[in-house]
Amino acid sequence: MSSDPKIEGYKFKPGYSGMAADTASDQTMFKGVHWGKAMMWIFLLSDTFIFSCFLISYMKGRASTPVEWPNPSEVFALNAFGVPVPLLLIAIMTFVLITSSGTMALAVKYGYERNRKMCGWLIIATALGGLTFVGMQVFEWSKLIHEGVRPWENPFGAAQFGSFFFMITGFHGTHVSIGVIFLFIYAYKTFAGHYDEGKRGWFTTMKGDYVEIEILGLYWHFVDLVWVFIFAFFYLW
Amino acid sequence: MSEDFNENKTIQAQSSETISGGETGVAPDIDYVRPAELSDQDLYHGHTFITKWVFCQDAKVIGVQYFLLATFTGIIGLILSWLMRLQLGFPGAAGFMTAEHYYQFVTMHGMIMVVYFLTALFLGGFGNYLIPLMTGARDMVFPYVNMVSFWMFFVAVGVLLASFFVPGGPTGSGWTLYPPQAILEGTPGSGMGIILMCVSLILFVAGFTMGGLNYLITILQARTRGMTLMRMPLTVWGIFTATVLAMLAFPALLVSALMMTLDKVLATSFFMPTILKAGEVLEYGGGTPILFQHLFWFFGHPEVYIVALPAFGIVSDLISVHSRKNIFGYRMMVWAIVVIGALSFFVWAHHMYVSGMHPWFGFFFATTTLIIAVPTAMKVYNWILTLWRGNIRMNTVMLWCLGFIVTFVNGGITGIFLGNVTVDVPLSDTYFVVAHFHMVMGIAPLMVIMGAVYHWFPLVAGRMLSEKLGKWHFWITFLGAYSIYFPMHYLGFIGVPRRYFEMYDSPYITSAVGMNEFISTAAFIVGAAQFILIYNIVVSLKMGKPAGKNPWQANSLEWLTPSVPPEHGNWGDKLPVVYRWPYDFSVPGAKEDFIPQTTPPSEVVETEVEKT
Repeated sequence: MSSDPKIEGYKFKPGYSGMAADTASDQTMFKGVHWGKAMMWIFLLSDTFIFSCFLISYMKGRASTPVEWPNPSEVFALNAFGVPVPLLLIAIMTFVLITSSGTMALAVKYGYERNRKMCGWLIIATALGGLTFVGMQVFEWSKLIHEGVRPWENPFGAAQFGSFFFMITGFHGTHVSIGVIFLFIYAYKTFAGHYDEGKRGWFTTMKGDYVEIEILGLYWHFVDLVWVFIFAFFYLW
Repeated sequence: MSEDFNENKTIQAQSSETISGGETGVAPDIDYVRPAELSDQDLYHGHTFITKWVFCQDAKVIGVQYFLLATFTGIIGLILSWLMRLQLGFPGAAGFMTAEHYYQFVTMHGMIMVVYFLTALFLGGFGNYLIPLMTGARDMVFPYVNMVSFWMFFVAVGVLLASFFVPGGPTGSGWTLYPPQAILEGTPGSGMGIILMCVSLILFVAGFTMGGLNYLITILQARTRGMTLMRMPLTVWGIFTATVLAMLAFPALLVSALMMTLDKVLATSFFMPTILKAGEVLEYGGGTPILFQHLFWFFGHPEVYIVALPAFGIVSDLISVHSRKNIFGYRMMVWAIVVIGALSFFVWAHHMYVSGMHPWFGFFFATTTLIIAVPTAMKVYNWILTLWRGNIRMNTVMLWCLGFIVTFVNGGITGIFLGNVTVDVPLSDTYFVVAHFHMVMGIAPLMVIMGAVYHWFPLVAGRMLSEKLGKWHFWITFLGAYSIYFPMHYLGFIGVPRRYFEMYDSPYITSAVGMNEFISTAAFIVGAAQFILIYNIVVSLKMGKPAGKNPWQANSLEWLTPSVPPEHGNWGDKLPVVYRWPYDFSVPGAKEDFIPQTTPPSEVVETEVEKT
């Protein structure tokens, strides 16, 4: 199983019926797609359903609570030079996370080019971006907790505000944190040359390959994309 | 058969997918199959007892592990049902049984049977064992993740069973775990019980996701040469579609379990409205219990098909093999499985007709529910048409298949009753519902499991199960199951409510007393009869008739491994090459009445095989 399997003797057929025939053909449905990549896509589909359930529950909960929902642009405002700026911290957080998606994409590119150093440093940069994001989230959480926001109550309005906020951003933050841990492990493996030599993994005993970085990249981009939705539904609504 | 239907629908034996049509003017090689796209799978071979049998990465061992643990959990569910029936048939006979115990047993019985027994058995057990073998893969694509999947399931079962031993006992809120009552004081097990239940479900979902990714990618990306999608056995199609459903439905369960845990542990109010208790306002407020019902049933209804679709697939293969005929309407069967799977995501609120909804909402869900009857009925007709004028072997496996068709039709028809809002509302929460879902998703899939055990035991163990014991097992189970559930429909019609600990002296219920005694007695006998199977397995493991290769003369790949039972890696040095679908039975002109999937076209040129 290598990162670019040969598809010897297979000619893609034209038209819709050809597409159906290609899909239903023997051996693989997605020609040339690495097992791990296909797995990550399907996992992300499942994870999308998890986050959708969270966000739909949030909409339903927000719509049906009898108490007024807190005003997000006031609750999430940050004082900069004595002026309350709405969504300042969130804007920075979002910017950092989106930027880390960019460095991740570059890491994948340099990985496939076998540029071990660049690839490793870009993974480190991505991990640091993620770490910064989680750090700012910790700051935001502690600020809100200081202001009296709890999962079960808050001084600004409906109790469900805190419940959904901590649950959903916490669940997303857990995703980011897991991603950061893996990024550091993969950075180590890149610098140590495990992907160049195909060194076998400690747990899985499978040979290392640069495609793993792309698979982790898929996860990372997904986590960023989910953040955009959380941002839109939580902070802008 | 063939003289009735052969209207140029057969061609000379050729492999449609694989013919390289006249490129050079040389006569095309009819046995040509495209070379392998992927290099051979890299596998970790265990050497020690621990890596070979405990923390094993071989899908076959993992499948057996799943099977054994799910069966163990299922026996606990069976014992709980005995205790419930003891109370219902003979109130007060079990001295220790209080109403709290009864509710706890109802809850644990339901959850164990649906999630930890049937789901784990079909997908974890049969899925792991059969997918790589039937698709011609060496193993699951991620053997390590597959192993972790089983051990997560192990921990989930451990956490679930631990709830029997915590203060307050397991949760007694019914398997649907509806809030607010699930987490309020007064409901049995509303403390640690419900928390452990939620934690166990979250672990189960996490573990299942790891397994499910394996099943899907193995089927999509790791089939052997020549194994096109439309040459896969229906078992694989059933398990595949069920796994897709699980990957998309379990998230809702995970989210609802997590939110419920937070409601309990952190006193959030996701699902908790303002509640007055003994004149005092509880700390909760502003939440919506209906949200939980939506989340739960968005999982809960696809769950029915997660159990049913593998059963559909497996029974199709068993019927085809044991009536020596190709499955009638293979493509229709595949599409019916896929369509049922897709529709199952649009019917969930038919479980919520009595929780109060807009009439148009109920109308929509009643319509989608009844539409599911169409592909389902197509499948039933196709099973019957497969049997029609087949060379039926009346062995134990076939008996279970026939038992399945009967119970499934029975449970399906009562499902049409309950899918209609106006019929459902008066029947809601009566024994009619209990009878319906036990018939359709309890007994019917169980019949398939039993048939599958008798069918595939020779492959797993290399020895046959005793036919004589098997027939006793079948007839007691079949007649007994009908004795249990048929009268329950009547109980429902006279209005006996489900989930009642005791009927006391309700005048209209007194007529049900004798019937309840009868049902309970039948339940004890049917439950005990299952130990015939366990005895049969234990004895046959050592003393059964050696099965040899392919004892049923089946066509699918799992019977064509170089060694029986198959070893790690499944296929020895060379992967099999597939030239046809697995249903070439009784082909006109063939030497034998079956043509295995690996038989090349050049060996059967004189026969009239279907183009697949």
